[in-house]
Amino acid sequence: MTPPALQITCKEFVELVTAHLDGVLADADRTRFECHTERCPGCRAYLQQFRLTVDALSTGPMEAVEPANLDELVRAFKRSEPPNQA
Amino acid sequence: MPRGQTATLADINGAAGDGNERLLVAALRRREEAAFVALVRRYNGLMLRVARAQLGEHAAAEEVVQETWLAVIERIDAFEGRSSLRTWMFRILTYQAWARLERDGRQIPFSALASADAAAPDPSVDPSRFFPRHHVPRPFFWQSDPREWPEEALLAAEVRSVIGAAVDSLPDSQRVVITLRDLEGWAPNEVCEALQISEGNQRVLLHRARSRVRDALDRYLEDGKR
Repeated sequence: MTPPALQITCKEFVELVTAHLDGVLADADRTRFECHTERCPGCRAYLQQFRLTVDALSTGPMEAVEPANLDELVRAFKRSEPPNQA
Repeated sequence: MPRGQTATLADINGAAGDGNERLLVAALRRREEAAFVALVRRYNGLMLRVARAQLGEHAAAEEVVQETWLAVIERIDAFEGRSSLRTWMFRILTYQAWARLERDGRQIPFSALASADAAAPDPSVDPSRFFPRHHVPRPFFWQSDPREWPEEALLAAEVRSVIGAAVDSLPDSQRVVITLRDLEGWAPNEVCEALQISEGNQRVLLHRARSRVRDALDRYLEDGKR
């Protein structure tokens, strides 16, 4: 496992992870990224940590927060006229 | 959602073109109160959060969110469904926030802040974790390899507050992007359109935000081992 064959460094690898997860790396970069992933245990672990981070961030929709003036908005909604319905 | 039935939260979490979303829009056009109330309850908190990041203060954010709901009411009949309803609503919010900044004599819309933040160098990992440039034979490779995290460690209740604190401490533009993309699960193109930022800037901001949260989790998990 000689570093020059890996083509990208670990320092470069960590900057490409979100682009990789979004599937938007250009072909050449994708090949380098995958090649590096295969050969570098440190970056494989980093990628695992990053994936777990993204998974843990997903909390689902925010708790409902009712505005203080909901009644006022509802009145405005009811008052507004749909088109073609005179 | 047949006519006359109330809209539920499940009806309004959909993406563009989603069948439920079409039904929701139809209910809004019929001025069904339950549909509107469910929509407001679902998105008011998120709108406030986004507006606060764009305006930097709470009072102005509340006013802009209020103006946005009134604009949504006024324009719902003109909504063409080319983007998802939520994208469309948040784009209105972004424009309302810009108008507010202009009225207040502040000239820095969120998209300009976003590109400035994205352009500033900000490494994902502390550079001292890598061998220096002239190291032989491994320049810029890990000095000591990261180790995989035990998945069950992330189930600890404390993890939620570590993540919450890390997200709260992010710069505004990063916090908004990670909130929409990862906490709420929006697609990249929805976020770009809602915030009027480029795809590249969106990704840079998201990546930085995720990197900081990963770093916070890593520190927390390392501390736990000691």
